[in-house]
Amino acid sequence: MNQRSLAIAGIVALALLPPALQALDQVFYIGFAARILIYAMAASSLNLILGNGGMLSFGHAAFIGAGAYTVGILAAEGVGSAWVAWPLAIVCAAAAALVIGAISLRTRGVYFIMITLAFAQMVYYILVSMKAYGGDDGLNLGSRSAVGFGLDLKDEFTWYYTCLALLAVVLYLLNRMTAARFGRALEAIRENETRMEAIGFATYRHKLVAFVIAGAIAGLAGALLANQSSFVSPKLMHWTQSGTLMVMVIIGGVGHRYGGLVGALVLLGLEELIAEFTLYSQLGVGMVLLGIVLFAPQGIAGLFQRSATRPLP
Amino acid sequence: MTAAVPAMTAPVPARTAPVLEVRGLSKHFGGVQANADIELAVAAREIHALIGPNGAGKTTLVAQLAGMLAPDTGSIAFEGRQIQALAAHQRVRAGLARSFQITSIFRRFSVLENLALAVQARSGTSLSFWRPRHEDTAIFEEARELAQDVGLADREEELAGALAHGEQRQLEVGLALATCPRLLLLDEPMAGLGPEESERMIALLAALKGQIAMLLVEHDMDAVFRLADRISVLVAGRIIATGTPQAIRADAAVRAAYLGDAESAQSGPRSR
Ligand SMILES: Nc1ncnc2c1ncn2[C@@H]1O[C@H](COP(=O)(O)OP(=O)(O)OP(=O)(O)O)[C@@H](O)[C@H]1O
Ligand SMILES: [Mg+2]
Repeated sequence: MNQRSLAIAGIVALALLPPALQALDQVFYIGFAARILIYAMAASSLNLILGNGGMLSFGHAAFIGAGAYTVGILAAEGVGSAWVAWPLAIVCAAAAALVIGAISLRTRGVYFIMITLAFAQMVYYILVSMKAYGGDDGLNLGSRSAVGFGLDLKDEFTWYYTCLALLAVVLYLLNRMTAARFGRALEAIRENETRMEAIGFATYRHKLVAFVIAGAIAGLAGALLANQSSFVSPKLMHWTQSGTLMVMVIIGGVGHRYGGLVGALVLLGLEELIAEFTLYSQLGVGMVLLGIVLFAPQGIAGLFQRSATRPLP
Repeated sequence: MTAAVPAMTAPVPARTAPVLEVRGLSKHFGGVQANADIELAVAAREIHALIGPNGAGKTTLVAQLAGMLAPDTGSIAFEGRQIQALAAHQRVRAGLARSFQITSIFRRFSVLENLALAVQARSGTSLSFWRPRHEDTAIFEEARELAQDVGLADREEELAGALAHGEQRQLEVGLALATCPRLLLLDEPMAGLGPEESERMIALLAALKGQIAMLLVEHDMDAVFRLADRISVLVAGRIIATGTPQAIRADAAVRAAYLGDAESAQSGPRSR
């Protein structure tokens, strides 16, 4: 199967999931599936900078938080329209990524990991201290954002398909981007940044642009996540959230175009599955992850690629 | 050969306006003075060799000129324009490119892709997010021509990391060439090459001679004396002599400091 037919098959399968779950009398899982789609979006955005760009950002949850809190705070102030709140969530997250990226990208290697983590922790504590918006306890949205057109996002089907549509758009844009000049330049920077400078590329600027795009997408994922549970709390940007996204990218396929999607699917699916059967869910998940890393070092999505076209680690 | 050329058009590098003019350049790493008070001029179209023993500060100088190391003091003028404030990539765009002593290529990309990236860097924006890059046939056409120029035409599809060492050195120079420089800083292009590969590299540089000015850092004295119009000698971070190959070969200070073994005392540095 080529990439295109694989993508279409994937979308069709995901589109058929809610009616299938309904037929099986498992409507409860539609919400869970929507959650996977949202995490897939967030992980895909991280994969752009981590996988394609080689930037080991350990603070990606900050942008999810920025998006989620934009929606939360606007809701608390009486602005419930998705058409206002979601674009603003994207803008706020992108602005945060611009500031954090502009500073962090001046550093390399382990310093970059540490400084992105430090920034995310800063954002975390700022929100913990914002008592007006719930502080540590978080903030209730009351309801999901309003979209008009007679659609109600509280309906689980509508909500699922909204998330699916947005994920499809995001993945399409990311695929366009990575196949265009920009994507190639980004991968080349990952491969050999010094050489890129020596042939005349403004590498810092390219990395920053990628960082901001990834932050913007994470912001949208954050806005969706806030809606998913109609609740935001600083937990959304705890450093373990950044770690979870990283794990998703790694098991899904670093730099693979569907690595984020596969990773979110597998990790959240596993957690749910193992929690059904055992109390030691974390241990079980850990074992399975270990197995994946050992036997599929390219990630699971990487298994479905012929070696000739496989993105190099 | 030169006798047939009329005096008026004969290359007289020393008299034409220099492409590169370096004044008082210095750099130290902690306690190590890598180079000090470097004065150097590269004339238009000339091949200016820079020789000196290991650790003399040649690579450091190249990195300073390319904008990858900030000098402690001094000024660099490229085609009459001060460039200290320019970042490395801006200097490349201005026409000053470098190659690396330790091969620096995109090992996991094909040869063609390597060269296409360098072409992409100078043709249009890379902040292009929509149009598929493979439709960008112009950059691949140019990359093919470059592969031809550096003798890698039949290796285009090979991964750069899978090339033989000599071929990687050709690609290394090819990447610098692909930026369309007017001054090429070559840091030991013959490093690690066998006799045959060296000949190929010398032929490549000889073919470029007269079109692009070069600052050629090289340990291979045979190559240096065959290619260079002028030679500067760097010893312990200081330029101790600059002149024509003949003058350098005869220079007592150079012989003492650098070429001063018994063999070269008799027959000059060419005997290796
Ligand atoms: N980044 C660095 N940090 C500390 N010292 C350095 C650094 N780079 C170079 N040096 C020192 O500066 C001096 C000059 O080094 P450089 O690499 O410029 O010499 P070179 O002339 O290129 O030598 P070679 O012929 O071996 O390539 C050496 O003593 C070297 O150890
Ligand atoms: Mg050197």
